[in-house]
Amino acid sequence: MTPAIELRKINKSFGPVHANKEIDLVVEKGSIHGIIGENGAGKSTLMSILYGFYQADRGDILISGEEVSIADSKTAISLGIGMVHQHFMLVDNFSVLENVVLGAEGSARLAGGLSKARKELKRLEDDYELRVDPDALIGDLPVGLQQRVEILKALFRGAEILILDEPTGVLTPAEADHLFKILEVLRDEGKTVLLITHKLREIMAITDTVSVMRRGEMVATRKTAETSMEDLAELMVGRRVLLQVDKKPAQPKEKVLVVDGLNVVDSRGVKVVKNVSFDVRAGEIVGIAGVSGNGQSELLETLAGIRSASKGTVWIDGELIDLEKRDVNAASMRQKNMGHVPEDRHRMGLVTSFAEYENAILGHHNDPRYSNGMLLDVAGIKETARMEIEKYDIRPPNPLLKTANFSGGNQQKIVLAREIERDPTVLLVGQPTRGVDIGAIEFIHKRLIELRDAGKGILLVSVELDEIRALADRVLVMFDGSIVGERAPDADESELGLLMAGVHGEAK
Amino acid sequence: MSAGQLPRWVDFGLIPALNLIAAFFVSGLVVLLIGENPLEAVEILLWGSLGYGEGIGFTLFNATSFIFTGLAVAVAFHAGLFNIGGEGQAYVGGLGVAFACLALDRYVPWWVTLPFAVAGGALFGAAWALIPAWLQATRGSHIVITTIMFNFIGAALMGYLLVDVIAKPGSMQPETRTFEDGGRLPLLDNLIPGDFFGTSQVNLSLVIALICCFLVWALIWRTRLGYEIRTFGANPTAAVYAGISPVRITIVTMLISGAMAGLMAINEIMGAQHRLLIEFVAGYGFVGIAVALMGRAHPVGIVLAAILFGMLYQGGAELSFEKPAITRDMIIVIQGLVILFAGALEYMFRPALVQLFSFAGAPAGQAD
Repeated sequence: MTPAIELRKINKSFGPVHANKEIDLVVEKGSIHGIIGENGAGKSTLMSILYGFYQADRGDILISGEEVSIADSKTAISLGIGMVHQHFMLVDNFSVLENVVLGAEGSARLAGGLSKARKELKRLEDDYELRVDPDALIGDLPVGLQQRVEILKALFRGAEILILDEPTGVLTPAEADHLFKILEVLRDEGKTVLLITHKLREIMAITDTVSVMRRGEMVATRKTAETSMEDLAELMVGRRVLLQVDKKPAQPKEKVLVVDGLNVVDSRGVKVVKNVSFDVRAGEIVGIAGVSGNGQSELLETLAGIRSASKGTVWIDGELIDLEKRDVNAASMRQKNMGHVPEDRHRMGLVTSFAEYENAILGHHNDPRYSNGMLLDVAGIKETARMEIEKYDIRPPNPLLKTANFSGGNQQKIVLAREIERDPTVLLVGQPTRGVDIGAIEFIHKRLIELRDAGKGILLVSVELDEIRALADRVLVMFDGSIVGERAPDADESELGLLMAGVHGEAK
Repeated sequence: MSAGQLPRWVDFGLIPALNLIAAFFVSGLVVLLIGENPLEAVEILLWGSLGYGEGIGFTLFNATSFIFTGLAVAVAFHAGLFNIGGEGQAYVGGLGVAFACLALDRYVPWWVTLPFAVAGGALFGAAWALIPAWLQATRGSHIVITTIMFNFIGAALMGYLLVDVIAKPGSMQPETRTFEDGGRLPLLDNLIPGDFFGTSQVNLSLVIALICCFLVWALIWRTRLGYEIRTFGANPTAAVYAGISPVRITIVTMLISGAMAGLMAINEIMGAQHRLLIEFVAGYGFVGIAVALMGRAHPVGIVLAAILFGMLYQGGAELSFEKPAITRDMIIVIQGLVILFAGALEYMFRPALVQLFSFAGAPAGQAD
């Protein structure tokens, strides 16, 4: 049978960076093909070439056996390639139907195209069990359904090959399961699915074939049934990796962080954290699990002093802090020995246009250690940065380099080094390994466990349930702004999943 | 690797040079169009601005004003704020300088008056930036809009004051009385032997301007406040994460910016005109935007850009004198072209250069 996609010797360079080297790939028609690799391995570049965002420097693309050149995404769509982006390309205040026809309205008058589209949408829903109310506003739909609209959009344009880029990042485990069911139906109806992910588990759960990329090269293609997570991880990183975090049982001591009746209202006036109370003891990691957007980010930012609380008090190391007060800010919380590794290092944790050493004091720049009278002690700051670079194996080891030029994992190490080396009593950690390669994940996890064992209290927020289970000593589940349950990290995964989805489990 | 990395010398040297060449090329076409010889025009322009002592003096006098207004824009720029109000801040700053001079000139020598005049200019300029800054910081009113509006309010206010309140008694001219020696800065020509600068008005303000350049450099790159300003300008979210108050930084930065603009009046009022007169700023505040953009908001760049614009003003005046076909308006067209290419089309050549340099194989490594 002719493969749906065949890539031959694809090469693509960006300046000195060889993003894709001699890539060969064969994707069988009617299969789910996974592409796995670390950040920066070249997956996205390859898919962008397939979807017409970039042109390959060299190499051939064959779609259904015919050699094609894909100049832009329009050509890709006409060849039957559809893409579901990681960040949805939807208009919030349009209805589902309007979003689906956007860019393919059919005629100058909207009405005719819309009624035709409505019929077509009905057919697609019936064929692929993709049920969405065509008149609902996108902004009112949960992310799982929004993603379904993205898939419908691609199918509406006649996609035979569907590329999904990290599709489960924003989904609950249940929603992810549902997505996988849809993908299976699509496959059984003869569509070809290309799934890009860095999550080994998804690859094992859903794909028929898997290709592994590392540093711009396609290092292996395997039948999923004939491989294992450990094999794939080794292929991705190029060496053996520990998927399990090695740690001793925690030895919790006194309470270092006590949160009582915390309420947070966001800028739109929506209550995003509802009456949250919990505590963190010295020498333990408390994990907050939950699907992204259920108030964890706001909780973390409020404790860090970035947002103000509408109600609630906090004790740090026995000292009462009234979070409603106006003079509470990130600087005052830091003075109470609260460290904070923010969820989004690009947006918040780093100034990427600064040299590395300048980021080594972000938030600590008023510390007398880094000043020389009125002036900054630039030499001393560079010295600190050099020390941290060595201790945290930040590469390249150059404090003068612009921070944007470090890889994701090394950028995260810069933030982590800065916060851990200030010796905080409590460390708030958000998404410590998002967009970080496996090698660095191992390192970061080890550091956090070391910090715990050194008797610090750590509050960990992550949407990766695996990470929470691996690191935390206790797991709190957040849903819709409230803490809906506490479980041990080795609790049944489906039970945690139900809690995260807001289904209140019977007390156990 | 992040897209569009260029070696520093390209970013800070080659690109401004290319912009300038493009501007002069188009200007040359314009000169050609009205039937004059562009090469001859360039020759007159260069000779007029750099060819003899007096020309250099006028060039430097203009440059002094541009340095102040350029620094004003640059300081705000580092905090991500676009201060379009240099014109109004310099104008109102003139009031502060004039008050100091009028109060003291008859009693003390100039070097006693100077600190008060500097303080007055800075204070009044800063005050004129305060309200837009406060509105931006606490109410989110866009600073570009409010500073532009404050230029008009400042012009109206100064017109009223000069006509109805502080005009010389018994005079129809909208200006104050002329300062005595105690309110006049010495000309550079009087400080160095010989008669190098001729009748030009280049004065001690140039030294003050250069000191300000150094202070701004130290402030932005060597102090905690400068670190906070740059952090806020580059990534406001990270600034909040770092405990930096956006309200405080916005207001403090704009005060410094307004003070720099206000100091421009030291050069014009205390250094040259020796009286406060209507519309003495004459566009220097606006051109400061182009100076700061072309100088990449760095003091060294600003000095170079200020000298360039000083040359254009001086050489341009000479050119319209020598070639009546090239009128004063034509000179403004040429200046406009330089501003267009250096400011608005700043990145026109950049994509092509990025391609060129990535093909040439910039140093490898730092791949992510």
